[in-house]
This record gives sequence, C-alpha cells and structure tokens, in this order.
Amino acid sequence: MARAVTTQRKTINTIIAWAIGLLIFFPILWIIILSFKAEGDAIKTPIAVLTSGWTLENYGVVQERSDYAKHFFNSVILAFGSTILGLIIAVPAAWSMAFVPSKRTKDILLWMLSTKMLPAVGVLYPMYLIFIELGLLDTRVGLVVVLMLINLPIIVWMLYTYFREIPGEILEASRMDGASLREEILYVLTPMAIPGMASTVLLNVILAWNEAFWTLNLTAAKAAPLTAFIASYSSPEGLFYAKLSAASTMAIAPILIMGWFSQKQLVRGLTFGAVK
Amino acid sequence: MKMLTRALLGASALSLFVSGVSAETLTIATVNNGDMIRMQGLTDDFTEKTGHTVEWVTLEENVLRQRVTTDITTKGGAFDIMTIGMYETPIWGKQGWLVPLDGLSADYDVDDLLPAMRSGLSADGTLYAAPFYGESSMIMYRTDLMEKAGMEMPEAPTWEFIRKAAAAMTDRGNDINGICLRGKAGWGEGGALITVTANSFGARWFDEDWNAQFDQPEWKEALTFFVDMMNESGPAGYATNGFNENLSLFQQGKCGMWIDATVAASFVTNPDDSTVADKVGFALAPNHEGVDKHANWLWAWALAIPAGSQKVDAAKEFIEWATSKDYIELVASKEGWANVPPGARTSLYENPNYKDIPFAKMTLESINLADPQNPTVKPVPYTGVQFVAIPEFAGIATEVSQEFSAVYAGQQTVDEALAKAQAITNDAMEAAGYR
Repeated sequence: MARAVTTQRKTINTIIAWAIGLLIFFPILWIIILSFKAEGDAIKTPIAVLTSGWTLENYGVVQERSDYAKHFFNSVILAFGSTILGLIIAVPAAWSMAFVPSKRTKDILLWMLSTKMLPAVGVLYPMYLIFIELGLLDTRVGLVVVLMLINLPIIVWMLYTYFREIPGEILEASRMDGASLREEILYVLTPMAIPGMASTVLLNVILAWNEAFWTLNLTAAKAAPLTAFIASYSSPEGLFYAKLSAASTMAIAPILIMGWFSQKQLVRGLTFGAVK
Repeated sequence: MKMLTRALLGASALSLFVSGVSAETLTIATVNNGDMIRMQGLTDDFTEKTGHTVEWVTLEENVLRQRVTTDITTKGGAFDIMTIGMYETPIWGKQGWLVPLDGLSADYDVDDLLPAMRSGLSADGTLYAAPFYGESSMIMYRTDLMEKAGMEMPEAPTWEFIRKAAAAMTDRGNDINGICLRGKAGWGEGGALITVTANSFGARWFDEDWNAQFDQPEWKEALTFFVDMMNESGPAGYATNGFNENLSLFQQGKCGMWIDATVAASFVTNPDDSTVADKVGFALAPNHEGVDKHANWLWAWALAIPAGSQKVDAAKEFIEWATSKDYIELVASKEGWANVPPGARTSLYENPNYKDIPFAKMTLESINLADPQNPTVKPVPYTGVQFVAIPEFAGIATEVSQEFSAVYAGQQTVDEALAKAQAITNDAMEAAGYR
C-alpha cells in the first residue's frame, strides 16, 4: 500500500514538474515553431499556425541580410571574456572574504550587491562619456570590462558561498606543508570548488550572453553581439514575426544547447550547500 | 628601367593613398521597416557609384531613439547618418546637433520634396534631414463589408459616419470588428491617434500660454466618442493594440475599417501577406461634423547627419543617393512601383507609373491635408500635428497616453483620465519653465 502511494505521488510530481517545465519553455518553443512558418501564417491563430506549412525561408532571409557569424563571434568573446576576467578578480576576493574575514566583510559584500540596485539607465550617460573619452565606444574590450563589472557582484557572492563550505583546516594543512598563497588557491582551493565555479561560470556566461542594455547602447556596427542581431528584426511598421523568431532562435540556440548539456553541473552547483 | 619601375611603384602607391582617403565607411543607424530593409539591399549601387561602403546598425524604434539621442547629445560620433523622425529633426536642428543639409547638388532637386515634408524637417528655414519616406493617416476599409452593410464610403467621411458604418459592419459571431484603432500607450502609438482625433474634434494640447487644455469640452467629447465607438465596434483588448497588432487583424480579415499610417496601404494590398488584398478601399481620415480639421497626421522617417560625424561629405553623398529620384527609379525597376518609398517627392505623384497604384492619390491628399504649422482649429504656440515639437513632449505624452489606455481597458473613467492628464501636463510644463 505504502509502495502504491509512493508510486502515485511520484507520478503526480512528475506530471506537475513536466507541466511547469513545459509552461516555462513554451514561449521559446513557440518562437522556434514560428521561425519555420511563412510570414503570413505566423500571425494567424495558434491552431492555424500549427496546421500551416513549414518553411526554412526565414533562416535563409536572415542569413542573407545579417552577418550572423560576426554577431555570434562578438557574443562569444563578450560572454566568455567577461566571465574569465570576472573570475580572475573574484576568486582572490571571495577567498579573502571566506577564509580571512574582517569586521567589514559583510558590509563589503552588501555594498558590492548594492551596485545591482541602481537601474542601468541611471549611469548610461556617465558611462557613455567615459567610453567616448577612452575611445572604447563600439569595442569588444570596453564591453568585456562593463559586463565583467555588472556580473562581478554575483560571481563574488556565488564563490564566497561555495568557499564557505570548504573546511578552512584543509587550506591550513596545505599552508603547513609549505604551499604559497598562489599554490593554495590554485592547487587546493580551486579543485575543491570546481562544481561551484563551473556553475558560476555557466550562469555568468548566460547572463552576459543575454545582456541587452549595455550591449545595445555601447555598440554600433563593430562590437554588436547577438542581442543587437535580434533587435534588428523588431519593426514598428510591418509584421516580421517569423523572421524575428528565426533570428531569436539563431541567437538563443548556442546558449540553449550549452545549458542543456551542462544542466547537471548547473543544478549541482546552484544547489551546492543548499541543504545542510 | 629602374626609373620606370620607381615611377610605376610611386604611381601605384599614390593611387592607393588617394583611394584610401576618398573612400569612406559610413555607419548608419536605422529602423527595421520594409523600405529601410530594401535600401540596405540596394546599397551596392551606392558603393559602385561613390566607392564608399556602408555599415548598418538596425534597431527597434524605441531603442534607436534612445541610442541616437545618447550619441548625439554626447557628440559620441558612433554614427555618420541617423534615421530620425519629424519630431526630433527640428528640435535637434535648433540645438546645433545636426549638420544642415545645404549645398545639395542641382540634380538632387530639393524643391521636389513635398512642401509638408520639407517644412516639417526644417528649423528656421534650414533643412536638417532629408525625407526617406513620409506618411499621413487615412482610412483603410473593406469594400465587401461596406457593401454588405448597405453603405457607401464618402471620400471624406465624418466621425459620425465612421461610427455608424463600424456598427453596421461589426459581426461578432464571425469575429469581425467594425473598426480597429490604436489604443496602445506611447506617444507615437495610441498617443498619436488620439491627438489627431482630438484635433479633428476642435481640441488642442495647449493654449497660447502653454496651459494644458484637457479640461476643455472638446477633449471630453473626443475621448468619450472614441471610447464609446471602440466599445461598440472595436476588438477586445484594443487598449494594447498598436500599428502591428491592427495590421495583423486587418490582414486576417478581422477589421471592417482601420485608420492608421498611409504606409500600411502597401501591406494590406499585398496578396502575399493579406487575405483581403483585393477588397481594400481608401478614404480621408475623418473629421467631427462641423469641424474643419481631419484626423491626418504627418510623419517622415528621414536621414540626418549628426554634428559629431567626421565623414560629413560622404554622408551627404549617401543621403542624396537614398532620397533621390534615381533611387525611386532603382527600387521601381527591382521591386515594382508599389514598393517605392512613398510620401517624399512631388515628382513621384506625377509619375504615370505610380498614378495607377490604388492608394497613391489618397496618400498624397492625406499628406497635403496635414498642416504642422496650423494643426488645430484654435491657435496654438507649437508646431507638429500628432505631436508638439518641444523636447518635453515625448515624456508628457507617454504618461498621458498611459492614462488614456487605462480608460480603454476600463480601469478608469474619461473624466478621471482627463483630470490626470491635465495635472501631469501642467506640472511638467511648469517644471520645464513654460508656464
């Protein structure tokens, strides 16, 4: 009897989980479906959309009109560049906060997070003027720095949380064995924090990939990533839903595939230390 | 021999140097409208003629506005040419943020630009942007449904006729709405339509001393009429419908009438996209009985050179190419006359090839009827038809249109919305030092 109840509950939970999963994924699924429809069919009622013919035409048009490779390359540089740069700064910072805390550590952590509380548009003009002065407008270098700064508080916070789970005694032991600070962080701490660091990297790559305020406002033709590629298909006067959907699918596909293959790592990292 | 080799090498180096100096790469910010996309596809013609190459930055309209405003106010120089509208051009021109478009070649024939467009894109008599395409508003209606309703559309109908016709054409059982209009918040969306509707009821945004006029009976009459008509014959949820949503409804055969941008005519008559392409008629935007103002707006997407550009000469060459008579001929030869950019040049409407296009006559009449210098029945201190050409307007009108959209959604009454609009506008104008 107890076994039957457990199976029934399991089935219900599975159905609920699938339903929620599908609900969350539905907008993306619909975008993918629309991208394979003719422009005239894409505006019809949902049932008519599903029963109408399928076409690859939109992908052909988007490929012909826009330089996907250039935007994709820019997105890769910005997402991975900003994450790697962020890690280089955040690992030592999180190490010191986790293992050598001072009276002000918590205040510093909160202060770092407070930079996320200001709407980005509030600093658009100062940032734009700085970029003009430094000649960084429409450059990948400038955007890598900006995206790194935006995500740095999250990287530090996540790493700090993971590092706190690692017993300080292990690091102490390595020190007693004569490890330098660099060796301690590189060869002792980092391997133990790999799951946490992997999820931090994945999350920040996703955040940087999807960032659409600074990447639209600080770029023009040269450094524009895939967010600008999508934006170029939104029209105030004219229906281009199918082409917009094709462009969106092409822009999200790489990150969707990456997220799919690394979901185990991502979930493990995000729930690391959640139940104690 | 050595001498000859040196001379040849020198000449080659010189030619490379000269071509390197004269050929520029222009960065152009634009919107993703059909005519702009066509222009992007034809850029090779410009490169062949001038040697200059072009890099396009295509953005969504609101993003484009924010992006180019940031760049032009900081003199960032990210763009050599910007696609801007009739609202920004005179304001930015007066501020010295745009390069005056004087000294255009004789071949360009600047006097051929439609007078309404030229005037709307000038400040103090100087042209600051060249119209790529222009538009007004007009009625697009289903000839078959009008006939079925036993009515005939006059060439210049009144709002009262439109309301009656809309009720007669409405067939809720078959999902046909008598009339589809914009209700979406935003100064360029629902804000534009309700402003021209109010103009055609004798209302105005401001009196001569910049006092808001939402407490006047004309505004109440216009807004009440609009809401009642839409409740009777409009689509459900029209409070969130803008241009694209109504275009979609009309193309699917769900609207009897649609009053919107003249540029929509080419979309709704295109059999590839529209299910009602061969059943569309056109008429002038309506007026309230006894009021000598029609609900015609005036807009142009125009090309301008920001003051921060380092490539002004090449940018002028591009603007001359893109807004020339030859460009219109080029589009017509490649895509047909129905697809040429409309509403910019007088000669287009004199061209016998274009006269056959079903919406050409009504488009021109609508543009000519809109008068940005005298947009309202009563005198006003501003220019602009569906907007007030002051920098503060976009912010104020967006807030006001949000109040109106709340009425369309049934969240507040007409009186409440008008009282809030009055307070919002007067407060903002006082803060800006107009009052």
